[in-house]
Amino acid sequence: MTHATGKVVGVNGNLVAVEVEGQVALNEVGYVVLGDQRLKSEIIRIRGKRTEMQVFEMTRGIGIGDPVEFTGELLAVELGPGLLGKVYDGLQNPLPELAEQAGFFLERGVYLDALERGRKWKFTPRASVGATVTRGDTLGTVPEGIFEHRIMVPFNLQGSFTVEEVAGEGEYAVTDTVAKIKDERGTVHTLSMVFEWPVKRAIDAYVERLKPADPMVTKVRIIDTFIPVSLGGTYCIPGPFGAGKTVLQQITSRNAEVDIVIVAACGERAGEVVETLKEFPELIDPKTGRTLMERTVIICNTSSMPVASREASVYTAVTIAEYYRQMGLNVLLLADSTSRWAQAMREMSGRLEEIPGEEAFPAYLESVIAGFYERAGKVRLKDGTIGSVTIGGTVSPAGGNFEEPVTQATLKVVGAFHGLSRERSDARKYPSIHPLESWSKYPTIVDPRRAGYARELLFRGNEVGQMMKVVGEEGTSTDDFVDYMKSEFLDAVYLQQNAFDPVDAAVSTERQVHIFDLLFDLLASSLKITSKDEVRSYFNALRQRFLDYNSAAWDSDEFRKLEQEIRGMIDEKRGDYEQAAKDLMAEITA
Amino acid sequence: MRKVYSKIEDISGNVITVEADDVRYGELALVQSAHGASLAEVIQLSYNKVSLQVFSGGRGVSTGDEVRFLGHPMQVSFSENLLGRIFDGGGRPRDNGPALEENLIEIGGPSVNPAKRIIPRNMVRTGIPMIDLFNSLVESQKLPIFSVSGEPYNELLARIAMQAEVDMIILGGIGLKYDDYLFFRDTLESGGALSRTIFFVHTASDPIVESLLVPDISLAVAERFALKGKKVLVLLTDMTNFADSMKEIAITQEQVPSNRGYPGDLYSQLASRYEKAVDFEGAGSITILGVTTMPGDDVTHPVPDNTGYITEGQYYLRNGRIEPFGSLSRLKQMVNDKTRKDHRAVMDGMIRLYAEYKESLEKKSMGFRMSDWDTKLLKYGYLFEREMMDLSVNIPLEGALDSGWQILADCFTPDETGLRTELCKEFWPKKSDGEKATA
Ligand SMILES: Nc1ncnc2c1ncn2[C@@H]1O[C@H](COP(=O)(O)OP(=O)(O)O)[C@@H](O)[C@H]1O
Ligand SMILES: [Mg+2]
Repeated sequence: MTHATGKVVGVNGNLVAVEVEGQVALNEVGYVVLGDQRLKSEIIRIRGKRTEMQVFEMTRGIGIGDPVEFTGELLAVELGPGLLGKVYDGLQNPLPELAEQAGFFLERGVYLDALERGRKWKFTPRASVGATVTRGDTLGTVPEGIFEHRIMVPFNLQGSFTVEEVAGEGEYAVTDTVAKIKDERGTVHTLSMVFEWPVKRAIDAYVERLKPADPMVTKVRIIDTFIPVSLGGTYCIPGPFGAGKTVLQQITSRNAEVDIVIVAACGERAGEVVETLKEFPELIDPKTGRTLMERTVIICNTSSMPVASREASVYTAVTIAEYYRQMGLNVLLLADSTSRWAQAMREMSGRLEEIPGEEAFPAYLESVIAGFYERAGKVRLKDGTIGSVTIGGTVSPAGGNFEEPVTQATLKVVGAFHGLSRERSDARKYPSIHPLESWSKYPTIVDPRRAGYARELLFRGNEVGQMMKVVGEEGTSTDDFVDYMKSEFLDAVYLQQNAFDPVDAAVSTERQVHIFDLLFDLLASSLKITSKDEVRSYFNALRQRFLDYNSAAWDSDEFRKLEQEIRGMIDEKRGDYEQAAKDLMAEITA
Repeated sequence: MRKVYSKIEDISGNVITVEADDVRYGELALVQSAHGASLAEVIQLSYNKVSLQVFSGGRGVSTGDEVRFLGHPMQVSFSENLLGRIFDGGGRPRDNGPALEENLIEIGGPSVNPAKRIIPRNMVRTGIPMIDLFNSLVESQKLPIFSVSGEPYNELLARIAMQAEVDMIILGGIGLKYDDYLFFRDTLESGGALSRTIFFVHTASDPIVESLLVPDISLAVAERFALKGKKVLVLLTDMTNFADSMKEIAITQEQVPSNRGYPGDLYSQLASRYEKAVDFEGAGSITILGVTTMPGDDVTHPVPDNTGYITEGQYYLRNGRIEPFGSLSRLKQMVNDKTRKDHRAVMDGMIRLYAEYKESLEKKSMGFRMSDWDTKLLKYGYLFEREMMDLSVNIPLEGALDSGWQILADCFTPDETGLRTELCKEFWPKKSDGEKATA
């Protein structure tokens, strides 16, 4: 079948109007031919013979009458071994390879293979000739870093197939034939290790979706203990500029206890990706002994790169995440920032002259955001293994005001909300997640009742703090003041965490549980102190020790020594458990 | 010779529409009217209708005026001859020197491949404690001064420019007051920096469309010098004028505004300029210092808001001082671990205490009794503002750190500072009246 062709009849920014000969589909890819350059584009509206395309490149130089060649294919990514460690733009163009060819600048119209064609992979067959297979079934495996990369029946092959041939053990390039399978009508399909999948469709080759319940440990105390995320869950991080969204995602991309991390740098600063790009190949993941880069894929479509490929970039990212999920792995997708993606939609919608919704965002904003987060999930695959995609997206609300369309649409669909606060970041209280306003529907890694008790204390402390602003310290009872100081203390030594301290930056579940228990005893007890000044200096001294303790390596001599000191200080002033804590402890032991 | 068109169909604001063939998106044309010639840029094509943005404005253009397409997009001459020269927003000489025609380069070129970027690593020292100690400026950073009008932002910009160790300076003036232009010229001249400076100055009385060219021209030239190994500092003042010009044009084109009249692509437009800041491996660099005035002192106004999301921090200028809150250098952690080992701790600790001081100040203003702790904080805040925040203070970073410890020791015991014990042991000044403060 020959594909449609067309001619440019209009140019407006990155939107090109084309008159088409032949049949075309929404989201079909076409190329605007400009001399010896071919500029990749996607159909985003069809009206009779006139279609509108978003061009994924700068449109300067395009003229009326320039030819357009359609491909008959939807916008898709290549899936196969060799994705890990790669740095792609929003359309899966490999950036380091592009740099080798084009130098410092992003030359338009250059599209390279996403997966290296020359590289050989050690294939081990899994399926036997004669077996019946369906999409997603494993035909063989190749080792990719520490993972066993499954070579699967492409997800777009519907129906059941009989295996005709499988390649023997050996070294193969991604495009070499590794299997032949026959469908019910007798047609034989030749399969290599690579296939394509349209990015805007969720991969659904699994048996069922499961409820996310196991923690996705981030090693950030305030998150894991108070506003946790589960494997297969979703969460968002809205916050004004400079509050710490990107740093929080960077920390998470390093430390999160997942198999694979997909970093989608969507429409923000290029410099921030560079840090990840340059540092990850040097950083060793203590769990695997391999570099962090080997478990990471970076999709990088930063703010000065074409806005249409920014729109596509989050889909490219989530499709790659889903692909690895199909291998029974836990994948974390971090998108920074989903607002830039929404703005890309807004720019296109404006050029299409669609009727605008709030703040000129398109009317379909909410459903598109919901559809994106819906691609997260924990699934049971056909072979019984479990895989998951967890999605965490930052939101950059205009004016730092959460009452705006993107934040609101996101809050409706995510399972946890990590709201960053300007007040806290101004006071250098990092991570600046607001401990009272943030919430999560997922289970904590510590004892939930005690976590609840501690959270209550934070609310109580805040109340007293507010009250003190009105009546002053002198008008506050010592008991209230103690509650206030306890909550401030919990904030200083537990909620806040020093991302630049080698030890404090990442706190294991074991350590979190350990120090939380230690803290709980203090927080839940009355104190044998009567004057406020004494209370203040007690907590000051304790905080000092505790910060040193937080920087001491787990279970080191220093750690044990400081812990002993701290326990001493606590025991010296600690009275009985407060009544509420007594009830709680009785309930827990019962 | 290309065809000349003499039937302008539509004139709306600064945009004219002609029927023409063989025109390319982004191409330049020359519009010849009774008031002289002006360049214009193709901003929309629809069949044979071509919309152009006229640089000197649509006013005075008549429907019978001639439009001649030039077959190329906007260009600027690039050579060493630019140094020491002063041009307007369209690249024409504003001094009495000759117009430059050699070695023309396109402006608004493609962005740098992120994979080719390197991690910034050189601190730019300014002698201003609120910058060097608390928010270090880094080579290749893009960073605006957020300010209300009336603040000495241009003075601050000039002072940093004079003190920073760079090879050359490009001043991009956007809607610059004529007096401010003269101020920059005189300051750079008396500092002996004129011969390594290039001016592209659009003043408040120049045509508004031309203001849109200033960042692109300045940055295209900067990029070429940087590729030749030069450390270039680009000053852009005032980027709010740039955004306002975009707004005005978007409105005349009847685009749907997103926020207070600004176009929906404000973020992308600003980003494509600021992202030109770069450190080229094996060559030079571009550092961008901008000014963003905040209408109504409102940091949530779309221009400062979008800017803050793009730039690598901002210096918040208020009451003649760089405010610790709101100010931020996002690249500081790239350099402040290589200065002195107490740098980060002093930086964090002093700001935290300053935040507490502000709380005590609030309590005091409400008439509450000041506790011992409040009293200490009040003293601390006073010293901090005098020794650190005052813009007349001009000391190297190390001096500022020592002065920081002295202030802490004058007001607190080591425990009260929240600084790690081992640092206090090493840096706490031996003799202090800290005891007195506690008494
Ligand atoms: N956890 C943290 N610890 C220390 N500093 C932080 C932390 N998070 C953010 N910061 C500081 O705040 C700056 C801005 O953080 P960033 O994550 O880039 O903000 P956002 O993405 O919300 O605009 C950083 O450059 C850093 O100086
Ligand atoms: Mg960010």
